[in-house]
Amino acid sequence: MSRRRASIKEVRGEVALFRRRAMAGFALILLGLAAVCARYVYLQVLHHDEFVARSDQNRVKPRAIPPARGLIYDRNGVLLADNVPAFRLEVIPEQVSDMDDMLGKLGTVVPLSDEDIATFKKQVKQGRRFEGIPLKLKLTEDEIGRFAVNRWRFPGVDVVPYLTRRYPMGPLLAHVIGYVSRIDVDDLDRMDDDEEASYKGTTHIGRIGIERYYEKLLHGAPGYELVEVNADGRTQAVLDTTPPTPGKNIYLSIDVRLQKAAEEAMDGRSGAAIAIDPRNGQVLAFASVPSFDPNLFVNGISSADYKALTTAPDKPLYNRALRGVYPPGSTVKPFLALGGLTMGIRRPSDTVLSTGEFCIPGQSRCYRDDKRGGDGTVNMIQAIELSTNTYFYRLALDMGIDRLSDWMGKLGFGKKTGIDLVGEVEGVLPSREWKAARSKAGWFPGETIISGIGQGYWAVTPLQLAHATATFAGRGIPYTPHFLLDTQDGVDSPRVPQSFPPSGPSVIRKAADWDAVNDGMKAVINSGRGTGKRLPFGFPYIIAGKSGTAERFSRKTDAYDTNKNTAYLASRHRALFIAYTPADDPKIAVAVVLEAGAWGAQDSGPIARKILDQWVVDEGGQRPENLPPGPIVTADAIPEPAPGEASSVQDAQPAGAASTDLPPQDDGEDQ
Amino acid sequence: MFQTLTTRMKRFGLRLLTRPRLDLPLLLALFVLGCAGLATLYSAGNGNFSLVTGQAARFVLGAVLLLVISRIPPPVLRSWTPWLYLGSTALLVVVAVLGEGRGAYRWLDLGVMRFQPSELLKLTMPMMVAWYLHPRQLPPSWKDIIVVGLLIAVPAGLIAEQPDLGTALLVAGAGAFALFLSGMAWWRIGLLVGGVGAVIPVAWQFLHEYQRNRVRTLLDPESDPLGNGWHIIQSKIAVGSGGMFGKGWQQGTQSRLEFLPEHTTDFIFAVFSEEFGLVGVIAIMLLYAFIIGRCLWIAMNARDTYSRLLAGAIGMSFFVYVAVNGGMVAGILPVVGVPMPLVSYGGTSAVSLLTGFGVLMSIHANRKLHD
Repeated sequence: MSRRRASIKEVRGEVALFRRRAMAGFALILLGLAAVCARYVYLQVLHHDEFVARSDQNRVKPRAIPPARGLIYDRNGVLLADNVPAFRLEVIPEQVSDMDDMLGKLGTVVPLSDEDIATFKKQVKQGRRFEGIPLKLKLTEDEIGRFAVNRWRFPGVDVVPYLTRRYPMGPLLAHVIGYVSRIDVDDLDRMDDDEEASYKGTTHIGRIGIERYYEKLLHGAPGYELVEVNADGRTQAVLDTTPPTPGKNIYLSIDVRLQKAAEEAMDGRSGAAIAIDPRNGQVLAFASVPSFDPNLFVNGISSADYKALTTAPDKPLYNRALRGVYPPGSTVKPFLALGGLTMGIRRPSDTVLSTGEFCIPGQSRCYRDDKRGGDGTVNMIQAIELSTNTYFYRLALDMGIDRLSDWMGKLGFGKKTGIDLVGEVEGVLPSREWKAARSKAGWFPGETIISGIGQGYWAVTPLQLAHATATFAGRGIPYTPHFLLDTQDGVDSPRVPQSFPPSGPSVIRKAADWDAVNDGMKAVINSGRGTGKRLPFGFPYIIAGKSGTAERFSRKTDAYDTNKNTAYLASRHRALFIAYTPADDPKIAVAVVLEAGAWGAQDSGPIARKILDQWVVDEGGQRPENLPPGPIVTADAIPEPAPGEASSVQDAQPAGAASTDLPPQDDGEDQ
Repeated sequence: MFQTLTTRMKRFGLRLLTRPRLDLPLLLALFVLGCAGLATLYSAGNGNFSLVTGQAARFVLGAVLLLVISRIPPPVLRSWTPWLYLGSTALLVVVAVLGEGRGAYRWLDLGVMRFQPSELLKLTMPMMVAWYLHPRQLPPSWKDIIVVGLLIAVPAGLIAEQPDLGTALLVAGAGAFALFLSGMAWWRIGLLVGGVGAVIPVAWQFLHEYQRNRVRTLLDPESDPLGNGWHIIQSKIAVGSGGMFGKGWQQGTQSRLEFLPEHTTDFIFAVFSEEFGLVGVIAIMLLYAFIIGRCLWIAMNARDTYSRLLAGAIGMSFFVYVAVNGGMVAGILPVVGVPMPLVSYGGTSAVSLLTGFGVLMSIHANRKLHD
């Protein structure tokens, strides 16, 4: 640093220099101020008359016209969300002299709830100035009439027409479409200036679901009208209008008929059912049961309704399909088999001897098959068909946890699928890294073994399961699941298809690998083993599938569970089922998860079948003969006939890792 | 104890009168300006008293800061200067990082209050330039001019990027005035101004679209009567219809009927012009001129180079506020967010302005005693 010493400086000259500069600067400033004043002289003296005239005529001001929100349809044009005219009571706080007094008197004309008033007062504090603030939404005709008569008593209060959102299907698609609700201060804070300007006059914004995800498409751009106002600021006449640009209409890939079939098949039992077209990733049905009525939220939900929804034990606000996580159980077996083939660890013909128990050499702890005594010698196709645990214990061990989680990750487990909804969760794909982040204990071989049958740390969302099934059914080509099909500028415009290309190349190495696993899954449904009713009964195409039954609690003792009571089992098990059809050219893939089902195939299989039945009808086929009521039988989950000969699903935990350490289920409302 | 307190207060009051640390004429001018501002605000807010009390609270806070800062001697301020400058510039970087991917982002949320780091630079910028120049041979050489240019450009660029063109202009102006007062040769000033003029077409490319629109609208406000032009047209009508003597306090129709947007903040001077007319405008301009002149007088009597440059720069940057806001309201300058000092409602500008005057008071208190 070359700082010269101050004493060397010539101080006297500097003072004189500064003095000259300050004088010059001040002279320039006076000149500048004089120039500004000259402009005021120009406006206020020379052109005074002209501006006085304009000021007197100034009765016109612009007012924002909010755009109509885009409509939402299903793939066949069934209306899922529309706008209906309604009236609301608005107050301009600056024009009210005594707010509490006014609210008291107004309450005798139009009934106001405490909540209306509380919300309103909050908004007054936060509101944009000189703008009407909604006091009561959705006035009845009676209320409008009574207010009209008394309007003169309430300056600053007015009835304003607006469009409110309506969901004609009610709860049917609440977990997909979501809902709009009132814009609040936090919403505005998140926006930049231009965005905030585009919400001038708009009262509602997409809160969750499609309404939130495609807010930008649905919202549109506001227009303006020039209105003539009187001295009170009340509108006298509209002079000129620049119309708003309405939001785009959206067509979803959802098929309402299929959605209804799924909802009805679930019959109120908590869980989720999802159908995806494996050829393009379009979601055809997306049911999360139970559901709720989204119309309640649009104009502000009452606290009684909200409390009922949040305290209900089966949590209707919880989007199970998107955010629920469950151990996948045996449904992962076909995927694991495919991994074995792709990595070259297994050929389809390689066999394994299942004796009923699989032990790691040198460890006392053993892992069980479903059936006491085992399935004998099985190859890959038989192992899938019979859901032979031993086969997959060994395969998982040979593969090792790193390759296993790598492979399953390719099928979309352990990460968000990227579906066009907000709030998706990742679930858990067991891996060394995942465990290391949560526990100091290293990875145990036993944990690899149980990962091979979808137990242990595993946690998948129904959406991930459906996505993986669809990816497999589509011959390994992954598509990001999505709801958006087409957009449309207005009801008379053509539908503009939105493109969703595959998210990557096929994960399958050669066609023979796919065929082997497909054969296994076909055999599950069609081999004819076991006694009882069968899933393909009366169905025109070949179905391929796999069931899974996962235990909700880890077992306390080593003893076989001998209680065969279905209700008892249902309290302990989660029933899963995946399927696709036609087996050799899959066009629809389905995943069903029941939170309480005794056995995967028995309880969730018929639900999948009912969805597929409806799909056949939608495709123009004859409705297949109804499956007779009651449980059905598949090769992979044959209930043992003799009591005491009980099959346990699988053993819970190896000795080394006693706690499952599953992430706590997020059971909050999904927003 | 109580008695000693009263005697001490008495002594303090006596000393304030006999040997004031505060420059009474400047203080008086600020007080008159503040009162005029509150009166205009009361009218512009349609008699909303909470606006006035809110603004008065800011004035009180600013006055307290003014008193506190006036007790800090300039050499102490000088020794803090580089750290204050670096600290406030670092906060700007923090805002820039936090604001990544968002729209206009200027605030730092401290939990209890939100705070705009660019406001600090209005003071630390002239401090830094004065600090850099004070030990050097003046008038400054090209090398020093370039260094000062960089000291100005970095924070001003960060602020312009937020985007907040108005504040960037004020900050850059404060630094530039310090350089001007240091005696930078006229031919060099001419060369620089010419160079900047040549750069303007290039800078146009870097402006945000909304900023360009504001300039375009200024040239022809009637072309966009609903959007940006609305501000300018309504503001001109308010000013023009005020005439020589104005429509009278609380009688301005433009703001009463809400034709004038932002009539309590950036466009409050339009309300003032409408209600008090040209006479009021000239009176308040004279008041501003007096304040600036008084600041320069304090600067001339300052004890050392640092104080001189700093006091002069603070006084002159006051002019930028008045000229830019007054020009904007009268429709000759584009709409940028520069408030009318001590008249516009809100923001932290009233507090930061009064803090700046605290520095001036401190310089005044430590003035040369001879001469």
